[in-house]
Amino acid sequence: MVLPKFDYLTPATLEEASNLLVELGAGAKVMAGGTDIIPPMRDKVLKADYLIDIKGIPGLDYIEYDEKTGLKIGALTKLYDIQTSEIVRKYNPAVAKAAKYVASTQIRHKGTMVGNICNASPSCDTGPILVAMNAKVTVHGPEKDREIPMGEFFKGVKRNALQPGEIVTGIVIPPLGEGEHAAYIKHAVRKAMDLAIVGVAAWVKMDGNVCVDARICLGAVAITPVRAPSAEKVLIGKELTPEVLAEAGVAAMADCKPISDVRASAEYRHDMVRVFTKRAVRKALEGYKEDLT
Amino acid sequence: MKKILTFTLNGEKTEVICEPNRSLLDLLRDDLGLTGTKKGCEEAECGACTVLLDGRPVNSCATLAVECEGHDVVTIEGIARNGELHPIQKQFIEKWAFQCGYCTPGMIMSAKALLDHNPHPTETEIREAIEGNLCRCTGYAKIVEAIAAAAAEMNWEAENA
Repeated sequence: MVLPKFDYLTPATLEEASNLLVELGAGAKVMAGGTDIIPPMRDKVLKADYLIDIKGIPGLDYIEYDEKTGLKIGALTKLYDIQTSEIVRKYNPAVAKAAKYVASTQIRHKGTMVGNICNASPSCDTGPILVAMNAKVTVHGPEKDREIPMGEFFKGVKRNALQPGEIVTGIVIPPLGEGEHAAYIKHAVRKAMDLAIVGVAAWVKMDGNVCVDARICLGAVAITPVRAPSAEKVLIGKELTPEVLAEAGVAAMADCKPISDVRASAEYRHDMVRVFTKRAVRKALEGYKEDLT
Repeated sequence: MKKILTFTLNGEKTEVICEPNRSLLDLLRDDLGLTGTKKGCEEAECGACTVLLDGRPVNSCATLAVECEGHDVVTIEGIARNGELHPIQKQFIEKWAFQCGYCTPGMIMSAKALLDHNPHPTETEIREAIEGNLCRCTGYAKIVEAIAAAAAEMNWEAENA
């Protein structure tokens, strides 16, 4: 099937890309890997008169880490490179694992993590861990640059917080400090090329056996990835015994609004939120070893 | 608006004129006659259209031809050497790793991307490398066997060259 007609533009700088977006208006779409752009355009569910390919803009493909700011990932950094990065695996294996959960090897060799969140699918695999980590997206705007906390980035199904002319340049993920642990686990029927029925990310801060802070984020069970404050409340200030984890799982069920679709019923998703919240916290405490490859 | 597109295709500098809405897959098959790359789902789901873009396996149905400007594309037609099939191709025949053959070029390109970067893959790594390639007849056991055998053959050749 032939793609609808569009103009293809390749700005060389962020300024140029941003100006094009302002000038061309709503008909212009930014693309990097294009894996969430080209198939839906072919299906006519996404319309674009102009595709602004930012792959020619230098300086946006990087993975860096420093102890203060944490992990920095560029807008053009491919999911495969994040999944296999020694730096990401060492400093935040849950992020590497979340990248690996996306689609297939071929998609991850083209698609980016920034694209995955900008696409703002309710079931996006990298959203929950970035929210749970309190990550920020760095944005280039026509007038000024700004940072958006991940917790405020998703606005609805396929809707994000970007204003006209704004382009995400990267993601900053705070470091895992002393006693801090994170995990993301996904429940899907197939290991590859499948969307999450439920995805849960957990970040916990421990003082010995006691949890002093926690952030849980649920994917695929609301119009955007959502925090689970009721579950967090159960965890904070307690020793993380199996009973407390079970209680947090039950509490998380109140924090989501899943729908029934071809993958699972709302009831099933609700119940899996209970199970996977428990498992995600347990996984964070266990850590990652061989299961990263 | 039509664009002049220059890229390397199977080692040769190639220049074509094409519209931005031409997928790399359609360019290869319909304009350049390289029909080894197969058109399956056109949704980036099945992997039949897998080619290498700068050495990375990608779905050519979800790639615009114009994205390849200045880049390096390798298709199934470009992996034989001096008239001899690539070890992965040979082992697919040897191990009967196909029936209808429709998924085979994509499978082989995914396998090539793996072996080019990881000459000693584990079975899990082989299975993960072809996770984006669907086969609906042979199943995967013989495909995995063929890729493992090709790795062994290539390693033997490298060590005894």
